[in-house]
Amino acid sequence: MNTTYPRPDGTPEKVPPVPGDAAPADAEPSDARRADESSVTTATLAPYRHPAQLDEEVHLRTTESAEARRQRLSTGALIGIVAAVMLWLVTQTSGTARFALSNALDEVQLPTISVPGLPVVLVSALLLAAACVVYVLPGMGRWRRWAGLVAGLALVAGFLSWAAAGRSLPFLVSNQLQGTLLLATPLILGALCGVMCERSGVVNVAIEGQMLTAAFAAAVVGSVTGSVTAGLFAAMFAGVLMGAVLALFAITYLMDQVVLGVVINLLALGLTSFLFDSLVKPQSGELNDAPLLEPIQIPLLHKIPLLGDVLFSQTILAYLALISVVVVWFILERTVWGLRIRSVGEHPKAADTVGINVVAIRWSAVLAGGLFAGLGGSFFTLGVTGAFNDDITVGKGFIALAALIMGRWRPGLAALMALFFGFVDQLGSQVQTMGTPISSDWLKLLPYLATIVAVAGLIGRVRGPAADGVPYVK
Amino acid sequence: MSESIGSAGRRIRLPWSDVVVTLFAFILAFLLGAVLMVVSDPEIAPKWSYFFSRPSDALGASWDKVSQAYSALVGGALGGIGPITSTLARSAPLICAGLGIGLAFRAGLFNIGAQGQAVVGAMISALVGFSIKGLPLAVHLPLAVLAGVAAGAAWGGIAGALKARAGAHEVITTIMLNYIALGMLGWALTTTLFQRPGRADPISPIVEWSATFPRIEGTQLHMGFVLALLAAFGVWWLMERTKLGFQIRAVGSNPSASATAGMSVSTITATTMAISGGLAGLAGVQVALGAISGATPTPLTAGLVGSIGFDAITVALLGRSRPLGTVLAGLLFGAMNTGGLKMQSAAQTPPDLIMVLQALIVLFVGAPMLVRTLVPFLKARRAGKAPTTQAVAPVASQGGLAS
Repeated sequence: MNTTYPRPDGTPEKVPPVPGDAAPADAEPSDARRADESSVTTATLAPYRHPAQLDEEVHLRTTESAEARRQRLSTGALIGIVAAVMLWLVTQTSGTARFALSNALDEVQLPTISVPGLPVVLVSALLLAAACVVYVLPGMGRWRRWAGLVAGLALVAGFLSWAAAGRSLPFLVSNQLQGTLLLATPLILGALCGVMCERSGVVNVAIEGQMLTAAFAAAVVGSVTGSVTAGLFAAMFAGVLMGAVLALFAITYLMDQVVLGVVINLLALGLTSFLFDSLVKPQSGELNDAPLLEPIQIPLLHKIPLLGDVLFSQTILAYLALISVVVVWFILERTVWGLRIRSVGEHPKAADTVGINVVAIRWSAVLAGGLFAGLGGSFFTLGVTGAFNDDITVGKGFIALAALIMGRWRPGLAALMALFFGFVDQLGSQVQTMGTPISSDWLKLLPYLATIVAVAGLIGRVRGPAADGVPYVK
Repeated sequence: MSESIGSAGRRIRLPWSDVVVTLFAFILAFLLGAVLMVVSDPEIAPKWSYFFSRPSDALGASWDKVSQAYSALVGGALGGIGPITSTLARSAPLICAGLGIGLAFRAGLFNIGAQGQAVVGAMISALVGFSIKGLPLAVHLPLAVLAGVAAGAAWGGIAGALKARAGAHEVITTIMLNYIALGMLGWALTTTLFQRPGRADPISPIVEWSATFPRIEGTQLHMGFVLALLAAFGVWWLMERTKLGFQIRAVGSNPSASATAGMSVSTITATTMAISGGLAGLAGVQVALGAISGATPTPLTAGLVGSIGFDAITVALLGRSRPLGTVLAGLLFGAMNTGGLKMQSAAQTPPDLIMVLQALIVLFVGAPMLVRTLVPFLKARRAGKAPTTQAVAPVASQGGLAS
């Protein structure tokens, strides 16, 4: 039988084309988490007949909801604006743009790629314009995802070509990639902490505070013991300790979790600054001079040109961050514990009914999340200068929170968003050194502007775990 | 949603147990603060190691240290007309921004962006204040105030519009807008429009006297505090006596039900964020146009607004998002901040202790069950009753991040 019925979540399994119908057939099977309001499938059923006779009577068609339409048009408009800006940049581009694939000191020297600036920027602008058309016209559903990808790549290529064209120094591609991973490391770990907590139903706005405390602990313990490993463990302990405060008040004492997160951030900032001023600063030689994490080169692999330096010659923290993404995914999706975490985050009452101890599972998830936040926090001291300073995390915990939400509470996606943020951050500082006409004050803002654009234009409404932030009372 | 100590005014019954719990929350916070001071003092801590042979050493030194710090704190905030007016002046921006954040809370929105909105408000009101010359006070001051409020409202409105139009999460957008506002201020102070002629460092000219808040002779209390009280009354009026206020509360309690009842949730979201931003902008105006020390307002610099927008989150939380509560919480935090300066100069205690105390107070006030557990006689009195599970801020039942 080739009849198609709407599935319970509202997505059609197969949409037969309806001739003469202007409405687009958005045929891609979207996942249930995202598709909540984006499309409505209507079935026109004839009066009841025997199933054998039913074949030709069912008409399925997908109409776009007002909200999805608005989202599509605003994305299209956004790409259109970017295309217009890019077209304007065409007039500002002259000379060739050079991209150096390896640094001057690398053993294997890769060639420096030279491209003519103006044509590349022009092609990027045209590609962006084409992507804009795909979004604005109805009925191009299947092309939209590709158009988005092309638009993103064209934006980066066009912007870089414009920035690098006619400059005396080439754009350093390997620096860009290395910096991306470096800057993203604490963000990935912070976001993973958020994933663990929030998938179990505990809102964690306190990632910032956890990381700050961990950074402090890592610096002090690392300095006293002279050991990086001790510093890392101290950081993890501090992260878990702040996680325990979060769990105690959120799960056991049922405090409002957003409030709690803000308060923990304040507490962490106050405590670390107070202890730093009154104890650490007077003897910073002994207490604030921790050893640094050394890059670990993975044998053979680090010699791969370009990628070797980026992926296989990093500090232990970067490896741990990447491994942790897989670990968190594995825990959540492939273990019993993870299934329980997700179930208490979505529907604690149902979980309780089948005998899961909601409170214990939430506690365990929050404490486990603290490990990741602690590791992320150690980056700011052990990974950079080895010394602590007031408010050394400078709001990176909030960026991790943003990555978590943009990544729809999933480890892989959240890590990608953290990498995106690291990429744009590094891009801003790289372009800054090339001497473009943009003021450095604005280039510093690039990551934040890019995040707003990404959230507003491309990601839109997201939905977290159903019971996120709701305390459970038996 | 529980109508508690706040200003709702419909329930006259005074919740004595709440008052007692709040009182003990303060006592616990100050006790922990004292412990922290003693533990972190390199001279006192060793005296505890021989506590059992000579307890008087440790106890005496600790008592001296703690009592000195706390008496400086109280004296610096409330000791005499000078400190009291200074406290009031310092509370004004906290109250304004706290009102804005509280208003957003009641619509189920978490406005972390008060900082950025205050920065933009300060920036624009200062610009109007120092670049226009020769206007009378009665025209210039309102103009500067309104410009700052409008700028804050626009900045908050961006986040609101993005949430309403594209569904962008307000927590993300307001965090990003904070950074952008601060970066914009840093950039603006290098342009000829903002930078003081003849100066190389990023600092603006001094605001004209005609755009400065008039103040009581010989004190730090300026008209901004009156504006803050008026704003509190205005918010109360808006929330309790107007249709828009009812809609804001309805959307905060249950967006789906409000939409079903015919309200435009997205319009109300955007409007609420704009009003909230306007109030935060007013906080920025207070900083830019009020003379907090000396005779003229501090000229605009990158750090002028400080962390008012973030402190105000705690103020709104402690005030349970109600206008009267926010005013009281703002006064308390203003007093603590003012006293903290004195504590630093008189007792050499880092002012960061104030931050710890404020966090602990909100923590304990927000978890009445913990206070009841820690204070035995309270527990005994409440033994017969079921524990209450009220939240401090009436964020929509979904929690701040899951909407």
